[in-house]
This record gives sequence, structure tokens and C-alpha cells, in this order.
Amino acid sequence: MKHLVFAAGFLSATATVAVAQTPELTVYTYDSFVSDWGPGPQIEAAFEDRCGCDLNFVGVEDGAALLARVRLEGARSEADVVLGLDTNLIAAARETDLFAPSGVTAEYDLPVTWDDPVFVPYDWGYFAFVHDVDMTPPANLRALAESDTSIIIQDPRSSTPGLGLLMWVKAAYGDEAEAIWEGLSDNIVTVTKGWSEAYGLFLEGEAEMVLSYTTSPAYHLIAEEDDSKAAAVFDEGHYMQVEVAAAMETSDSPELARDFLQFLVSETAQSILPTTNWMYPAVMPEAGLPEGFAQLVEPEKALLYAPEDAAALRREALDEWLRALSR
Amino acid sequence: MAARAQPISPWPGVAAAALVAMVILGTLATVAMRAESSGRFAPGDFAAIRFTLVQAVLSAVLSVGLAVPVARALARRRFRGRTALVALLGAPFILPVIVAVLGLVTVFGRGGWLSGALGAVGLPPLSIYGLHGVVLAHVFFNLPLATRLVLQGWQEVPDERFRLAAQLRVEGWAMWRLIEWPMLMRVVPGALAVVFALCLTSFAVVLTLGGGPRATTIELAIYQAFRFDFDLGRAALLSGVQLVLTVAAATAALIAGSGAGFGAGQGRAVRRWDARGRMVRALDGAWIVLAALFLCVPLMAIVLAGAPGFVSMPAQVWDAALVSIGVAVASTCLVLALAVPMAAAVAQGRFGVVEVSGLLGLAASPLVIGTGLFILVRPVVDPFALALPVTALVNALMALPFALRILGPGARDVVAAHGRLALGLRVTGWRFLLLVLVPRMRAQIGFAAGLTAALSMGDLGVIALFADPETATLPLQVYRLMGAYRMDHAAAAALLLLVLSLAAFWSLDRGGRWHAEA
Repeated sequence: MKHLVFAAGFLSATATVAVAQTPELTVYTYDSFVSDWGPGPQIEAAFEDRCGCDLNFVGVEDGAALLARVRLEGARSEADVVLGLDTNLIAAARETDLFAPSGVTAEYDLPVTWDDPVFVPYDWGYFAFVHDVDMTPPANLRALAESDTSIIIQDPRSSTPGLGLLMWVKAAYGDEAEAIWEGLSDNIVTVTKGWSEAYGLFLEGEAEMVLSYTTSPAYHLIAEEDDSKAAAVFDEGHYMQVEVAAAMETSDSPELARDFLQFLVSETAQSILPTTNWMYPAVMPEAGLPEGFAQLVEPEKALLYAPEDAAALRREALDEWLRALSR
Repeated sequence: MAARAQPISPWPGVAAAALVAMVILGTLATVAMRAESSGRFAPGDFAAIRFTLVQAVLSAVLSVGLAVPVARALARRRFRGRTALVALLGAPFILPVIVAVLGLVTVFGRGGWLSGALGAVGLPPLSIYGLHGVVLAHVFFNLPLATRLVLQGWQEVPDERFRLAAQLRVEGWAMWRLIEWPMLMRVVPGALAVVFALCLTSFAVVLTLGGGPRATTIELAIYQAFRFDFDLGRAALLSGVQLVLTVAAATAALIAGSGAGFGAGQGRAVRRWDARGRMVRALDGAWIVLAALFLCVPLMAIVLAGAPGFVSMPAQVWDAALVSIGVAVASTCLVLALAVPMAAAVAQGRFGVVEVSGLLGLAASPLVIGTGLFILVRPVVDPFALALPVTALVNALMALPFALRILGPGARDVVAAHGRLALGLRVTGWRFLLLVLVPRMRAQIGFAAGLTAALSMGDLGVIALFADPETATLPLQVYRLMGAYRMDHAAAAALLLLVLSLAAFWSLDRGGRWHAEA
């Protein structure tokens, strides 16, 4: 049987060699990007139309796993582009010295100014608690902590939104963060490994609110014509997630990698992203946002730590979180 | 016994065990060596180790403790639907974690059926979140497996013993003392060790139902070390702790469960003449009904959730189903190729270390094995091209402990009963394997193959670490659908997975039995 296994591996290895005639671009990204229901297939088709190349997506679990993978591979990585890090991972990514300046120019429509020469933002969103429209949500995190509203959140150690909430509480409350977490501890029904488990439990009716994005109701509105879900606006502001891509220093086709990054912020790619990745476009397409996005709530204040601050704070924030919730 | 000639050489089994140990310890060492500094424990790690031990011990004791009366009832009773129930016992165990958890929550959750029923009579809803929720879920996963393992112990008692018992009017307490207790002493320690090891590495169940960071297990600490801190040294160290704990449990089980067997019989279907009183029958009935309800109601929830979206399921789900079937076939062949020689070696009594090495697969963190294999194969070949073979290999390593548990005791009895005759007739080596061992162990081999196929089909394994868009397995596709908000289709795909896994389990398990007895 082992022969068969190795034969199968060998066959698929030769299959990838056979198509290596045209220039090839390998993009590492998180798994939900490459899934048939994510932006991957449309982005791939659109870019291949113009580049005369072969775009290969490789899916790796999520943003944190993606960075771990690139660190493991180091300078010998096959990746030309890494797509799917966020501001919480940028500092660690920068430290690896594996990423090259992008050379991308774009008129970003982000609530924050963006002038990072290496990491190119391609979409963004606000973290938010999603709830059924028939409930009146609390006005902010402190009110939530004082209320008896039940919530489901994700673990910051294994999930991107989980880490986002950690930074959100820290950014909004600073030294008071631990007290807020202590207040929240009796609201938290449970903490899940990832977003899917949490959202699934919420849809099962296990809690009144779930940590997700302000854009989540857009999926229900557009794809399911269901307007029963809404995101709560909190008056202390919402922490942002900015998703970025970057070219690898070690890429053997740096030109193509830069073209791809420029393509990511182009009209074509930016029109694909909102209804496939369910996030706001980093550069507003000419046609504006798709219908359904207009109905979404818009936070008044955006919170975001600079990558270096986020990296410096997250250890402390995690310890506070662990202390407050383990009591 | 040690010096006696044997009809079959233990060395292929020892070699297989060495190979398994090499893969598991090798990947661990690879990760440790790739680390920039040697691993150190972080402050929270000891709490994590303690919590892991507490929940694993509780889960193992409860699962196996409840499995004994259920298996005893199933061994003594014959009723319509018994075969189906025994087959269904494989189901919870092979479900992807997220699906099983959602099924459990539909029944036991705050908004679940049970809470709804309680609410109707004015009682507060149940809370499934906490240590009790974790243990509940682990019992849901492992009670069926433990029941099958213990039930098999009953079935391996030759029919002749029960005939003799009936003639001597051995019943009730005497039956327990003379046959059932010694049999349990041989079977229960191994079952405990397997469930313990399984719960040791559990992570998503524990986190989701544990209710927060108090329920941090070693596996989650490994995840944190790897993903949050990128501290490979600590990941390897913690993975080592898991291995040590499992080896300790396995060794203890091995020593405890080494009693003599019941000798040989002619392998006829077992008939029972004892336990015919009304009370005992009612009691057995109650155990069977309770166990069936506990297992089937959450499965019902999964079926009901998946049914509406089943017809409109996207084509990619069917492609993924094919990929998963391929992976399951590969892991099943691999497991049998490893487990049958290993069981033959174990059967000769001197090679307990073979059995311990078989258990390692359960204790190893998939994250560490996956990462280690990745580092190892990368210089040689593109790891992404090997995504499916590596997934099949890791799934096989995870299933091997179960296969060994299932094959081990039977192989011991076959070698003890037929070894001398075979030696006298010079039926040795390959011929002993093909003419004696395999035919006499068809039932166990079928069960082991069925379990492996189903397990491999349902397990996410390491595919998430390696996947490219074209090679999604069905469990990965379930996660992808959920990640894309398509919960209905995810539920439908989960139902397909349940059906496929059960079909694989049922056909292999049935195929292995030549008499109608389950």
C-alpha cells in the first residue's frame, strides 16, 4: 500500500511540473479565500486573463497559520505572494525580513491612513457583535458587561476575531481592560476555537450575540434575503481588521508578484471582494458598494493599533484576558 | 511461554511498530530541532496539564464505566434492530468535531430540545458549558467505542464456556465472578487507555463546551505556542508531555490487562441461557434504551439539520466526498498492513512495547506531526503535492491504536489456541497468517477496517495544513462552507459525511462476520 501512496504523490508531483511552461505565480492565502465560495476562483480567473500566467493559490488554514507556514519555510519558500495577514500579524511578518516593498499605488478608502510600503491592504471590516433584530443591543462594551446579554466569542489564541476583540477592549479601555473582561465573564456563554463554531452556535440560538463583523448581516441580506440579523454599533468605537497582502523578497518572479498586488487593489478585484469575502473594499469600486451593504450599520469611530503597538500589547492583553476569565 | 517456538515471526510486527514510533518521535524531534531555542513551560501550562488530566480521566472512567452495563446488556439480549444499533454505535466517534458538537448543542444546549422541554414545565434551561459539558461530549464520542470494545470481549468468550456454565447452572453472581469479571479485567484497562489517550489530545470540543480559558488543554497550549508565539520548542515540549502521559497510561493498562484468556472454542455463535429473570431483562432493556437515546437523538438532530439542504448541495461537495473515500481506502489498507503484523507480535506476549508504540499515534498532536512531516518532506518534494498521502498517513496513525486494541486480544487467543497445532503441521509464517490468523480474526479485522475507514473519512486530520483548492476532503469542505456562512449546505455536507462514514463502517464491519451474530 505504501507504494500506492507514494505513487499517488509522485503522480501529482509530475502533474504540477507539466504545467510549468507559462510563468507561474504562487500565492499563499487562508483557506476560506481559496474555497469555492470565497473570492479565490474569480480572482484567479480575472488575473489569469490579463497576465498570461498561471496563478496558483495555496490555502493554509487562517492568517496566523499562514504566517507560521512562511516562517517555517523561510527564504526557501515557494510563495511569491502572501495574502491574508492582518494588522495584528504585520509586525511579526515584518521581523522575518521576508517581504519586499510592493510599489503599489492606490487611493485607499480606509477609515485610517495607510502608507505602509510593503503590506498592501485589499479589504477591511469592523469587528462587531451580531444579534437578531428583535433585541435591543447594549450601547457599548461596558453596558454589555453590565447587562445580562449572553455572548459567544472566539479564543484569541486560535482565532483572528478573538484576537481582534482582545485589541478592541484594550484600545477602548486601556488599563481598565481587565475590569471590562471581568464584567464580561458572566456574559460569555463559551469561547470557541474559531469563527465558524461561534457563528454556528449563535445560529443555533445558544446566545443573543456573537462576535463577528459589521458586514456579516450583508451575507444574510444579499445571499439569503434575510434581514433578521443586525450588527450592534458600540459608541466607544469598533476595532478594525485590515487584511493585507505582500510580495516575498525571495520570489523568482518579483514583477509578476507586484502586478498581482496592483491587481488586488484594481477595480476588477475590488468589485469581487465584497460579496465573496464579505468585507469592505480597500478601494471603492466605481459602481460603489453592492446593494445590501448600504443597509449595514456604520460605526462612528474606528479603532486600530499600529502594527508595532499591536505586537507590543497583545501579550499583556492576552494575560489580562486569561486572568479575568479564569477567575 | 517466552522461549517457545512460534508459528509466526514477531519481527514484521516489531518493524511496523518501530516505523510508527519513528514517524511520531521523528516528527516531534524535527519540530524541536527546528526551534530557535529549547522549549520552556509557560506559567499557564501546568494548569493546562492538570485540567487535561482531570477531564481525560473523568471522561475515560465514565465512558468505560457506562459501557460495561450497556455492553453486558447487548451481549445477553437478542432483539430486532440490535445489529443496526451495534453498527450505529460507530457513528458519533467518526463525526467531525464541529458537527457532533452542534448536534449535541441542538439537544442539550441552552436553546436545545431538552431546555425547551424543561422550559415548557417552567424549569430553567440547561447549561452545557463547563467541565460537565466537556465530559458529556467525550462520553457521547467514546461511550459507543468503549461499548464496542467491551462487547467484543464478551463475544470472544467461546460459546463452549457458556454451554458449560448453563449445564452447571452458573448464573448471576457466579457468572459474573467466573466469566465476566476475569474477561473485563482483560478488556477494560485497554479501553480505558484508548479513551484516555483520545481525550488527552481533544481540543475543539473542550474549548467550545468548556466555556472559556479555564478549559485550556495541552493541545490548545500547543496551538498557542505554535500560532500565537511561534515557539516551536515549547510546542514540541508540550507534545512530549502528551506522549509521556499516554505511554504511562498505556503501560499501566498493559500490566493490568495481561490476564490469561478463556482458551479456544470452535467459534460457534454464542448462545446464552442465563439472565432470564424479569428484573434482569428489564434492567438490560433500560440500559439499551438509555444508551440508544443518548446516542441517537443528537444524530437525529444532525440528520434533521442536514436534510433540507441535501438536494441543493454544491457539486464540489460530491467531489470532496470522492477524495475522502480515496483517503479512507488508503488509510484503511495502511492500518491493516501495520496492525495485523503488530497484533501477531503482541499475541506472543513478549512485545508489549509494540502495543505502546501503537498508542503513540493517539497521543501525538496532529499539529506537531503535520508540521514535522512538512519540514521533513519539503526538501525532497513539494508538500502540497503530498497533501492527500500525508493526510492518509496521519489518519492511519490516529486509527492504529483502535485497530490494535481490536485485533490484539483476538490474535492472542488464536496464537495460544492454534499455535502448537500449526507448528506441528508446519503451517508457519505467511501460511499461518493466511490460513489460520486472518480467517479466524475476520470479525475483528472487519471491525478494525470499518472503524479506520470511517474515522479517516470524518477526521479533518492535517489536510487543513496542506490543502490547495483542488484537494479538499469532505470534512474540510464542511468547514469551508461554514466559513462562507453557508450553514445549511455545511449541515447537508455533514449529513453526507455521516452517511458515507456509516456506510463504510457498516459494510466493512458486516463483511468481516460470517455468522449472523453481531
